[in-house]
Amino acid sequence: MSLVTRQSTLDALGLRTPTLEQPWTKDEFMDALAKAKASGKYEFAFDPGTAWTGEWYPYAFSPFLQSFGGDIIDRTTYKSAEGKLNGDAGVAFGEWWQGLFKDGYAQATQDPADRDAGFNSGKYAFSWNGNWAAIGTLAAYDDVLFLPAPDFGAGPKIGAASWQFGVSAKSAHPDGAAKFIEFALQDKYLAAFSDGIGLIPATASAAALTENYKPGGKLAVFFDLSAKQALVRPVTPGYVVEAKVFEKALADIANGASVADTLDAAVDEIDADIEKNGNYGF
Amino acid sequence: MASKFTRSNRVGWLMAGPAAFLIAAFVVLPFIFAIILSFTNQRLISPNPTEFIGLSNYEQLLGVGVLSLEPERDAAGAVLRDAEGVPSYKALRSYTRNNPEYPQFDGMREWFSFQQGDNRTYVLARDVVFMKAIVNTFIFVIVVAPVQAGLALVLALLINQRLKGINLFRAIYFMPVVVSIVVVSLLWRFIYDGSSGLLNNLLGALSFGAIPKVDWLGNPSTALGAIIAMSIWQAVGFHMVIWLSGLQTISPSLYEAAAIEGSSKWQVFRYVTWPGLRNTAVLILIVITMQAFSLFSQIDVMTGGGPLDSTQTIVFQAVERGYGKQDISGGSTISVILFVIVLSISLLQRWLTREKN
Repeated sequence: MSLVTRQSTLDALGLRTPTLEQPWTKDEFMDALAKAKASGKYEFAFDPGTAWTGEWYPYAFSPFLQSFGGDIIDRTTYKSAEGKLNGDAGVAFGEWWQGLFKDGYAQATQDPADRDAGFNSGKYAFSWNGNWAAIGTLAAYDDVLFLPAPDFGAGPKIGAASWQFGVSAKSAHPDGAAKFIEFALQDKYLAAFSDGIGLIPATASAAALTENYKPGGKLAVFFDLSAKQALVRPVTPGYVVEAKVFEKALADIANGASVADTLDAAVDEIDADIEKNGNYGF
Repeated sequence: MASKFTRSNRVGWLMAGPAAFLIAAFVVLPFIFAIILSFTNQRLISPNPTEFIGLSNYEQLLGVGVLSLEPERDAAGAVLRDAEGVPSYKALRSYTRNNPEYPQFDGMREWFSFQQGDNRTYVLARDVVFMKAIVNTFIFVIVVAPVQAGLALVLALLINQRLKGINLFRAIYFMPVVVSIVVVSLLWRFIYDGSSGLLNNLLGALSFGAIPKVDWLGNPSTALGAIIAMSIWQAVGFHMVIWLSGLQTISPSLYEAAAIEGSSKWQVFRYVTWPGLRNTAVLILIVITMQAFSLFSQIDVMTGGGPLDSTQTIVFQAVERGYGKQDISGGSTISVILFVIVLSISLLQRWLTREKN
């Protein structure tokens, strides 16, 4: 994922172009939003993608929480979210998140059509989106920038995800299955997939064979962003519930609920679920 | 105990067999399962063995408590007040988390509270979202049942006339019923859109810009009302047809007698039409109530339970909990609770509308 904008937007608003080594700080980011709002040229300064309810909320917005220093769950034990989701960092994140909507920088309720086409038609100054939507944006403008995530204090973070092949332990033909996987993971097929659907290829050698991700390619920047900033979501079976609880907490905070109470209630629910399931094996 | 009914009706039983089997498999069996699962801690996918936990699920959903707090006082005994003169109270969380003096409140959250003089009484609930879901569902039923039934009756009276082209109107009023509720919800989501929706544009055009744009589905005070309006619009045609069939069973000789006696339209309605519609009214009331309690699709498509839990409903919570959070025993518990509520209300309605001889 990256912060999508245009070079002309940065120039018009007089902003420094952030680099991977020197991303924007929280103050620089909020200053950028304030300038975009003041310019009056955009319907909203920032498009985080609140129309995409579901897994998008934890995938896209928990990196912000992690950049503040909090997290959805305590990854040292995976048994509780107390202090991580509702500690000082969590509350700071919650107040920043609520401020985005209260101060009019983003919409809490968004039409899905605006999410799909809004940035490409000039509605928003900045958009928080992933590489899958990049091709459409590249077609709309010729000076698109994929900027690194802002650093809210604990380092900039973006989401990470991948697809895996697996062979069941009870498989009757493990060798055949393994051979098939080996065959399917050849670079030429990975490259074909990437060219077809725009996702990041799994190996650097496959990337060199693709249109967009070869060195110097239009989307090659996402490689570096993934390498430097990506943090996987919590690795626990309890994530199913944690994701839903986190999504609801974010939606409620965006709509104006009390930040501390909402995060406390979310922690209570996550902890209760973990306890109910025997700590999920941890 | 082979009676004439079972013996000489073998072909009938064979024909009904497949349907009876399907109903048993897809309605009766899950019903029994739901009741059994609500007493366990069954998960959708889990290596942990399932255990019986008794009424723990019900307690976790329906548990409520009342706590009355006195305001904090300073050393002299005067009440501490904040800038606006509101007394300050000890944080509720200190009573509801790890407080050995109040074990019954452990894990509860504030549902609502009210002032009694200087004291503040808090009503706590173990699952505040579920309580809000129950309240919202009841509000929905209380509004939709009379409004939809009344509107359907008005429409039925209108289309009961022998006018040319009346069938066209009958078709138009019935059409929303035929369209899938999911499709209707998606369309109305666009109509209700806060920035560029059809409703806002229409209101703005009609009032020459005097009425501001309202985010119908994003505002907690308008979201449920918006969904009520859309649901009534979608389902009114169905009940209109039922009223129409009831109207057409009233003997025309009664209307002729009323015309001869010179009754006004209102008198005709009150003394001829309405008594004749009694059975239809009972049926429609019970059907609307049952259908209203199962409000789900519109919420799932349009608002997802938000904003701020203003459109949470019982069935939506059952699906969220059972499939979203994979706690199928909790979802089953909610279903059983809903069954008990609907059954009680239906029995109550039947008792209230019984034939008094």
